[in-house]
Amino acid sequence: MRTRHALIAALALSGAITTPALAHRQWLLPSTTTLAGTSEFVTVDAAVSNDLFYADHVPIAPDQIKVRAPDGSAGSIENAATGRYRSTFDVKIDKPGTWAIGTERSGVMGTFKVGTETWRVGGRRPGGPGAGTQGAGGPQGAPGMGPMGGPGGQPPVRSVATVADIPANATDIKLTEIQGRNVIFVTADAPTTTVFKPSGKGLEFDPITHPDELVADEEAQFRFLVDGKPAAGIAVTVVPGGKKYREAEEAQELKTGPDGVLHVKWPVAGMYWLNATYTDAKPSDPKATERRLSFTTTLEVVAP
Amino acid sequence: MTSKVLPSLPLLVAGTIATPAAAATISVTIPRVNVAEYHRPYVVGWLEPAAGGSARTIFVWYDLKKGGREPGTKWLADLRTWWRKGGRSLKLPADGLSGATRAPGTYQIALPANLPAGQYVLKVEAVRETGGRELVSVPITLPGRGAASGKTELGAVSVR
Repeated sequence: MRTRHALIAALALSGAITTPALAHRQWLLPSTTTLAGTSEFVTVDAAVSNDLFYADHVPIAPDQIKVRAPDGSAGSIENAATGRYRSTFDVKIDKPGTWAIGTERSGVMGTFKVGTETWRVGGRRPGGPGAGTQGAGGPQGAPGMGPMGGPGGQPPVRSVATVADIPANATDIKLTEIQGRNVIFVTADAPTTTVFKPSGKGLEFDPITHPDELVADEEAQFRFLVDGKPAAGIAVTVVPGGKKYREAEEAQELKTGPDGVLHVKWPVAGMYWLNATYTDAKPSDPKATERRLSFTTTLEVVAP
Repeated sequence: MTSKVLPSLPLLVAGTIATPAAAATISVTIPRVNVAEYHRPYVVGWLEPAAGGSARTIFVWYDLKKGGREPGTKWLADLRTWWRKGGRSLKLPADGLSGATRAPGTYQIALPANLPAGQYVLKVEAVRETGGRELVSVPITLPGRGAASGKTELGAVSVR
């Protein structure tokens, strides 16, 4: 018995050692997802960290946040502030229906060689935390998200900003197209679905169960689309917040079915982080060989 | 599910036999809660057809008169089950539904006279500022009787 426990512990430990660098998660945490009336605000924390929803790493720059109102118009953020570990902003939810608040990033990144020297395309280390191109200027006061310093004693790598800057004598060009959305949904009065209307591009969230009416004792169903079509086999991670108060993270690793639909059961009420990822070889940029898509949201699940 | 339904079943059957068709009345008890900071609860009652269908709000007691920066309607969403079942689509205040919050005590509310006979679940939900939230379900066959009781934010709830 004792030996078996030791073995399990060793396995768990080895897992813990290999995963942290990959586990950095971008999250948006709204104060609520459901409001009565149209004179209220929602206040949102935005950060990148391993554990949900503990702001202990770096903030997300508020200037990347876009707001879409139920009528399709653009909303705005107010009272934005960037702290050491998380940024915060408010959104006035002044129209009835469901709002979308979040970030959308796309770009091409990768590496090439000039002679024997490796160069990087895009501002981020390939496969690094929150891979994607930063907005111009980068986040203020966000250590670790700024220009590359070569963490871990690695020498700094030379880089160009975009694919267009790759010199003509470059060899071994390896480029990946990245598209990531991180969007939360907030509803005033009755929910609406206009913000879910698919654009037909990349990985999209097409909920069957409205994300602002989730209840712990009811299964939720969310369809995922790739380029506008239901996508089977999309890998989705669902993580409840508050790991510190449990023994384990209790993440669910799920996949969409043949109809592109994900079925999720909620072990407890609370805030959940959901992240869907998909990789294929259909980049829209002809120089890229691979396309990496992601969709992230935070869901509020109430007790019955 | 069954544990909630079974205790009230004998009452329900007895009621079906004994009571002639007549306008039914709901009785709701708001218990006295001994706490330093007490605020009267928001309380709502609605009927759901047992076979499914849209919920019909019977009464909603909230801070009707509070306006300004934080209107009394702000906390209606805290009646979270009712809000999701249809409260969020109602335009309030609504005649015959909206009422001011009530002090602890027992209150009678008439059910609408035009309710079709049949099986329903009466739901009463209460939420109190700095306090808790409770939902009580009473399965009933109208015309008929039913009763259940809350534990914290609600006392006896009955239909007769």
